[in-house]
Amino acid sequence: MRKLALSDEILLTIDKPARYIGQEINAVSKNVSDVDIRFVMCFPDVYEIGMSHLGIQILYDRLNRYDDVWCERVYSPWMDLDEILRKEQIPLFALESQDPIRDFDFLGITLQYEMCYTNVLQILDLSGIALRAKDRRESDPIVIGGGPCSYNPEPIADFFDLFYIGEGEEGYRALLDLYKECKAAGLKRVDFLKKAAKLAGIYCPMFYEAHYNEDGTLKEFVCLEEGLPERIEKTLIKDLNEVSYPKNPIVPYMRVTQDRVVLEIQRGCIRGCRFCQAGMLYRPVRERSVDYLMDYATTMLDATGHEEISLSSLSSSDYSHLPELMDRLIDECTKRHVNISLPSLRIDAFSLDVMNKVQDVKKSSLTFAPEAGSQRMRNVINKGLTVDDIMGGAKMAFSGGWNKVKLYFMLGLPFETDEDAVAIAELADQIARLYYETVPKEERTGKVQITASSSFFIPKPFTPLQWAPMGTKEDFLHKADVVKSAVLAQLNKKSIRYMYHEADVSVLEGVFARGDRRLSDVIEKAYKKGCFYDAWGEYYHHDVWLSCFEECGLDVDFYTTRVRKEDELFPWDFISCGVTKAFLLREWKNAAKNQVTPNCSMACSGCGAACYGTGEYCPK
Amino acid sequence: MKYRIKFSKYDIMIFIGHLDMMRFFQKAFRRSGLPIAYSTGFSPHQIMSFAQPLGVGVYSDGEYFDVEFEEKVEPDLIKERLSAVMATGVDIINVRELPDDAGNAMASIAAAGYTIRLRDGHFPELSLTEHFEAFMAQPEILYEKETKRSVKELNIKDFIFEYKVMDEEIYLFLDASSAGNLNPAFVMDAYFKWMGKESQKLDFVIKRMEIYYRTDEGKLLPLEEAGVR
Repeated sequence: MRKLALSDEILLTIDKPARYIGQEINAVSKNVSDVDIRFVMCFPDVYEIGMSHLGIQILYDRLNRYDDVWCERVYSPWMDLDEILRKEQIPLFALESQDPIRDFDFLGITLQYEMCYTNVLQILDLSGIALRAKDRRESDPIVIGGGPCSYNPEPIADFFDLFYIGEGEEGYRALLDLYKECKAAGLKRVDFLKKAAKLAGIYCPMFYEAHYNEDGTLKEFVCLEEGLPERIEKTLIKDLNEVSYPKNPIVPYMRVTQDRVVLEIQRGCIRGCRFCQAGMLYRPVRERSVDYLMDYATTMLDATGHEEISLSSLSSSDYSHLPELMDRLIDECTKRHVNISLPSLRIDAFSLDVMNKVQDVKKSSLTFAPEAGSQRMRNVINKGLTVDDIMGGAKMAFSGGWNKVKLYFMLGLPFETDEDAVAIAELADQIARLYYETVPKEERTGKVQITASSSFFIPKPFTPLQWAPMGTKEDFLHKADVVKSAVLAQLNKKSIRYMYHEADVSVLEGVFARGDRRLSDVIEKAYKKGCFYDAWGEYYHHDVWLSCFEECGLDVDFYTTRVRKEDELFPWDFISCGVTKAFLLREWKNAAKNQVTPNCSMACSGCGAACYGTGEYCPK
Repeated sequence: MKYRIKFSKYDIMIFIGHLDMMRFFQKAFRRSGLPIAYSTGFSPHQIMSFAQPLGVGVYSDGEYFDVEFEEKVEPDLIKERLSAVMATGVDIINVRELPDDAGNAMASIAAAGYTIRLRDGHFPELSLTEHFEAFMAQPEILYEKETKRSVKELNIKDFIFEYKVMDEEIYLFLDASSAGNLNPAFVMDAYFKWMGKESQKLDFVIKRMEIYYRTDEGKLLPLEEAGVR
């Protein structure tokens, strides 16, 4: 029996105590005396969200395979516990050992979305670790960030000792060995960091400095230490069949967002949508073999007892062995009474057939992500989905018994006009009409239900649209209004539901996405004024954030709506994800010309990611 | 083939609510490889029914659920295979095969036994047991039970079948039927109010010891007795 960090009284007072007790099925327990390094992995959001993240499961599994390392987990305490921890001065603890985070060697934080930045500070603060790397004591854990947001780490650079840029499965070993070596030699923290900064994929912000022009743009980004790389190259796994995957993922006691076995079938995406950061960061496409996947699928189902398995990738339809995989998976899962969930499938004859086999048609809905209403805009963003594709898929689906359709769009894209917004409503109506044309009256099971939702476009680093000015809140709301009234003008308005995202929080996300180092002051100030859980609407305080920008003398519009010159030096330019800035610029120009670029399976466009010497479609 | 499974809940498991406990056992059966039967339809579920929900924070030495299997398996083997996939704080106490005509676990419940003590550090000056007999000696014990819609005044004495006062611990044998289920926390609440003290649920540590059903002859027996050893 392990002693818990929280008393029964506390656990029985707070909401969902299962978030904090650890000891879930397949959680790893080791003896502290048997290991040299204690690592704690953090997802800076509440347990249910954090536990659903595949990346942490992969690294947790990977690090715990090393005999000399014990990797544990920590998530953001929810508001109720946060208050108690502060009041009773209980240090934040890791789930497995229930030991204080500040006693660990490493605190790894995955950065999946910008709105978690204040939660990072909450974690550090509750752990009793100085917020800024330069203020940390020798005994404090090394705080290391990773995940998609670490590709522009600058807004939070001051809070991290290190960032790991790229896929972490293999690279951590070198860092851990170096740490042991330095510890044995009695080296100081700063000397370890200096050595670590030379390792592949490792960025140590304190050895770099940003200088700015008078107009606020970046003038130069300089390395302060001799021998450290000017440019940080992401690390990448060349062959996904040669790297381990979790065999026994942790099974939470409580319901979490992703309560199923997740099978990562491939990394990267061939599509090249110009707004999509993941599509560029994880290039080139690397697939896993069907044998590998089936082996892990059965092992994970045995070890977890989950009743559902989900395929994970950016675009599952592009996985070249999908028919074979689905055949074998359906066989295996039917035997076991296991459901298969299939996100990110393109709607076509094949996927409808598969969905028919694995889902209840009456209950499930079809999902299309046209991202833009008009063909012109879809060309701008290089979303290779035509009206014919959508109509063809929808027609087949309606004939097959489906009558619920979900459509996802973005508003506020560059070069977008009101007509493009109106096109969203028209497309929804066109699909509704198709339903009534396709399905005879006597076969209809109620009205067709079309849900169109739009989010506001946020330009992200390492995408062709990184030069694009972001819309203002007013632009966004105006565009949403245009769609709303256009929906009401449609014949089938009663079958169409239109929803759109919060605009305020999108603006802030836009600031951090393309932000620079000066923003750390704003983030720290906002946190100290009580901002965290910003990703949770009810806790987002837009006015507080605006006051913090003002107090720090920084302008929101500089980061969001400003027009960036083609040759502007971006805060993230010192990082390389394989895709070159020249390619991105070429694509930005193609966007302005409504010109589409073929996907990787059709032709190589020379994005630069072939430099890793791998990739299903890269020239050899 | 139906089996009745008895388990205990302690340590961290007391923080896991009823629905999550059900999900825990569903996953455990999948891990165990035991031939549990599934319902038909698009989302087949395991045929499993739990006796009675246990509140979060309550310990138990006598929780039950019934399961249906596709084929006969020796109860000892079921216990062994299921125990191998359990977690900290939940033990399989026994597994009994049920006769085909046995009622389901939930419907046949008539009573439950609990022990109650004060949580360490709560009311340190007070003896929990000293006045309990006097409290029980009242001709009737009125308690206002709040339901979602109304507040009902009940004479809860009718639902207390038996009690025992032990060393700073009280044993209560309470009605647990669908018509008269009495929560032991209500008894403690009434007792403390009678003593002129304000108590909270958190002041007590409660453990369910056993759940009982009523035989055709009117006898109260532990649920496990309905099964074949």
